[in-house]
Amino acid sequence: MFDDLRDLYQEVIFDHNRNPRNFRVIEDADRKVEGFNPLCGDRLTLYLKMDGDVIADASFQGSGCAISTASVSLMTEIIKGKTEAEAEALFKTFHEMTTGKDEQVNLEAVGKLAVLAGVREYPARVKCATLAWHTLDAALKNEAESVSTE
Amino acid sequence: MTHFPVQKIRDDFPILAELIRKKPLVYLDNAASSQKPKAVIDSISHLYTHDYANVHRGVHLLSVRATDKFEGAREKIKDFINADTSKEIVFVRGTTEAINLVAQTYGKANIKAGDEVLITAMEHHSNIVPWQILCEQTGAVLKVAPIDLKGELIYEEFEKLLNDKTKLVSVAHMSNALGTVNPVKRIIAAAHAKDIPVLLDGAQAIPHMKVDVQELDCDFYVFSGHKLYGPSGIGVLYGKQALLEAMPPYQGGGEMIRKVTFAETEYNTLPFKFEAGTPSIADAVGLGAAIDYLNEIGMDRIAAYEAELLAYATEKARQIEGLRIIGEAEHKGAILSFVLDKIHPHDIGTMLDSLGIAVRAGHHCAMPVMDFFEVPATARASFAMYNTKAEIDVLMNGIKSLIEVFG
Repeated sequence: MFDDLRDLYQEVIFDHNRNPRNFRVIEDADRKVEGFNPLCGDRLTLYLKMDGDVIADASFQGSGCAISTASVSLMTEIIKGKTEAEAEALFKTFHEMTTGKDEQVNLEAVGKLAVLAGVREYPARVKCATLAWHTLDAALKNEAESVSTE
Repeated sequence: MTHFPVQKIRDDFPILAELIRKKPLVYLDNAASSQKPKAVIDSISHLYTHDYANVHRGVHLLSVRATDKFEGAREKIKDFINADTSKEIVFVRGTTEAINLVAQTYGKANIKAGDEVLITAMEHHSNIVPWQILCEQTGAVLKVAPIDLKGELIYEEFEKLLNDKTKLVSVAHMSNALGTVNPVKRIIAAAHAKDIPVLLDGAQAIPHMKVDVQELDCDFYVFSGHKLYGPSGIGVLYGKQALLEAMPPYQGGGEMIRKVTFAETEYNTLPFKFEAGTPSIADAVGLGAAIDYLNEIGMDRIAAYEAELLAYATEKARQIEGLRIIGEAEHKGAILSFVLDKIHPHDIGTMLDSLGIAVRAGHHCAMPVMDFFEVPATARASFAMYNTKAEIDVLMNGIKSLIEVFG
């Protein structure tokens, strides 16, 4: 019945929505930032534990739609063990993949995150996918305690 | 079921024949904006093709024709809501502008530090923020009458909040997020007993029921054309003549003046005092055409048909496990707001869209209502006179299927 949506709602997204990874609080987190999308009420808190400039652990709490939940769940998995610079580079690639007009995005570079590439066809849903990453960006830059998509 | 010519009405709305994502459109976002019948579309096209010029200005024939049509629309609106005179019908851009106008003219002239403006907890942002701005400017206080879990105003609490400091009551005739129809006659009587004027936000009510401002005895009634099958960009402020006469103007400019010198300006008579600048002429004419169209069908028949639609949709929705209806007031307009267990409204909206079904997903410009029900957002199906039970079946099947997919 929902064949047209297969690019947007891939099985991996349903899986992460049902069983979000790293859905917990890091009590001794070095960074804690809240992300909020006032348009749909999505709200998440991102926790990072740093080891020098390496992200030793990442987790989140909050509630949102399937796209935003899967996006933040996948993100916490993929950024673990990455340096800040690597995570920032990944944010840029992800941003291009979900919002850019350039077809040449290297999907291999984003690994599993490629399942979210489908949102670019749904302008109303792009922010659901990017909320997690804007929150991470703020956490890495240590610039705010909360960010909003608007 | 009473006979209601829904198929004939559907044929009058060209957009209902559109395919959306290769499927027949099921348009259930009428509380946000309704679609337009051909009569409205044609009236605008006809005006621009044959009768267009600026209004109230020229002696030339086209200006006379345009003025006649524009003022004719005002007369139609006067009759539609049974105002006493067309001087009480002020054209504005929409409900939002009408409320801002009252806040900044009536409000600034009559509401002072320590005074109170009373609203309810179910208001749209457009009946909250203009009063917050006024309160910031004047030092007045915004009071909010609470609602219960059915989405009904707790009337006793409302009445307790009416006091000597209350200078204006401003409430939704019908809630956009919940569908609740407020006991406005009772509200107005209680407020008037204390000499407090009442503004009714009629944006949602006016497409669904007969509105008679004299019978209601409201002091202001405001609504938008685009929810009433008319064009966007046009709306109406009704105000009792004596109140409008006493109010200072809103914006300054052409049209709203009678005589201008650099020393002083004499304002125009009602309703022109509040209509600075060239108005949205074609949109006003289009709204007049929408009212003609509705009068032919009859608002009472529309209300009866929509009540059947809502009852049918409510019954079907209650049968779906995991679905929770938000807003179960006894008196409701044709709005079904709901949430699903573990499925976010935005996912519901996207999934239904892929089936050609347009619903609204979000906070409906009523964030305090969402907070009260402790949901981030809801999905909302809002019905119009051109919707059918078959469309409600399509909606309910879509909801059941998406619940399965999310499993």
